[in-house]
Amino acid sequence: MTAAPEARSAAPHVPAAAPAQLLVARGLRKAYGPTPALEDAAFEIAAGEVVAVMGPSGSGKSTLLHCLAGIVPPDAGELRYQDRDMAAMSDRERSALRRRAFGFVFQFGQLVPELTCGENAALPLRLGGVKRREAARRAAEWLDRLEVGDVADKRPGEVSGGQGQRVAVARALAAEPRILFADEPTGALDSFNSERVMTLLTEAARESGAAVVLVTHDARVAAYSDREVVVRDGRTRSWATA
Amino acid sequence: MCIVVLMISHTLLGLLESGPRHGYDLKRAFDDRFGKSKPLAYGQVYATLSRLLKNGLVEVEGIEHGEGPDRKRYAITAEGITDVAAWLGRPEKPEPYLQSTLFTKVVIALLTGRSAGDLLDTQRAEHLRMMRELTERKKGGDLADQLICDHALFHLEADLRWLELTEARLDRLKAEVAL
Repeated sequence: MTAAPEARSAAPHVPAAAPAQLLVARGLRKAYGPTPALEDAAFEIAAGEVVAVMGPSGSGKSTLLHCLAGIVPPDAGELRYQDRDMAAMSDRERSALRRRAFGFVFQFGQLVPELTCGENAALPLRLGGVKRREAARRAAEWLDRLEVGDVADKRPGEVSGGQGQRVAVARALAAEPRILFADEPTGALDSFNSERVMTLLTEAARESGAAVVLVTHDARVAAYSDREVVVRDGRTRSWATA
Repeated sequence: MCIVVLMISHTLLGLLESGPRHGYDLKRAFDDRFGKSKPLAYGQVYATLSRLLKNGLVEVEGIEHGEGPDRKRYAITAEGITDVAAWLGRPEKPEPYLQSTLFTKVVIALLTGRSAGDLLDTQRAEHLRMMRELTERKKGGDLADQLICDHALFHLEADLRWLELTEARLDRLKAEVAL
């Protein structure tokens, strides 16, 4: 007997339209050639909120992050940052927005190997026009907050994976982004280091008022979020905060 | 009433929702799907049916007279269907070794044409809610407290992996339970 595909009813909860939404996406669609990656995806995040984006491999969660961050343009749908239509922005405006308002932490290869950890952490500030001495001071503060101040003069190849990831978090937060996009930020770490990075990342983000979009397949990492959005076959499903 | 008795009661009701049956057939359907390691006793089946009858959740659809004792054919009532829907829609309290209850719920959902995916998603959200509570508790706890929370977190994580795996295999499971 051939069974019909499993039916899925409408989502039980849609996140309430809380005030001060920083980023709102509705009906996002994205395809790579004939392969759809996102289908009618929705997402919103308020200042200071930590939202986990979960789902199986290939479900579209990284594509959702890339669309939300303005790295790849969606084929259709609405995407607004602080009520400004991101689709209406020029490439230059979107680049400026990413540099000024967004921070990024990835799983691998994000630190420049030729620079010291301190120079890496100061890099976004320097690119944003902050003077060298001031950038170094602020970067050092963030490295201390992430408990890696002692590796400031070392190069990324000379520090552990956990330390390198904390440097990456410090670099992302040093520029004081409104939204931190973290794609599997602890994917290459063991349980102990993963926990330390997540504790420091969420604490630092909350203190600075940054929202965090946290893409992860790891439930223990997602447990640091306020709520989760599940992506399955390119479609999103949300739960209200309990 | 204890959780196991309640689960058996809801499972029998769910099996009846997929079609009226005699008590004997019901026991066989239960044992085939869920009771391979611990089959139901006949007494348990008839005691449960009699309680469900008394509560108006099932009714006797017909009686067959033969050489042996009369055979009653039981059917689920509208109230019974509502009761099954409420049971399937209610997430289980996350605790270790939930799989047998969850598996039973998934199969009953598939047998009765409900969305097993919704059921798994609701359960996943409940598990994550508890994981958030434990993660928060760890932050303020001493080392012993942290280790106790970690133990619970790892168990919940294992449950979640099972939920994801089951979700990925729902179409296959649906085809199998339909046989």
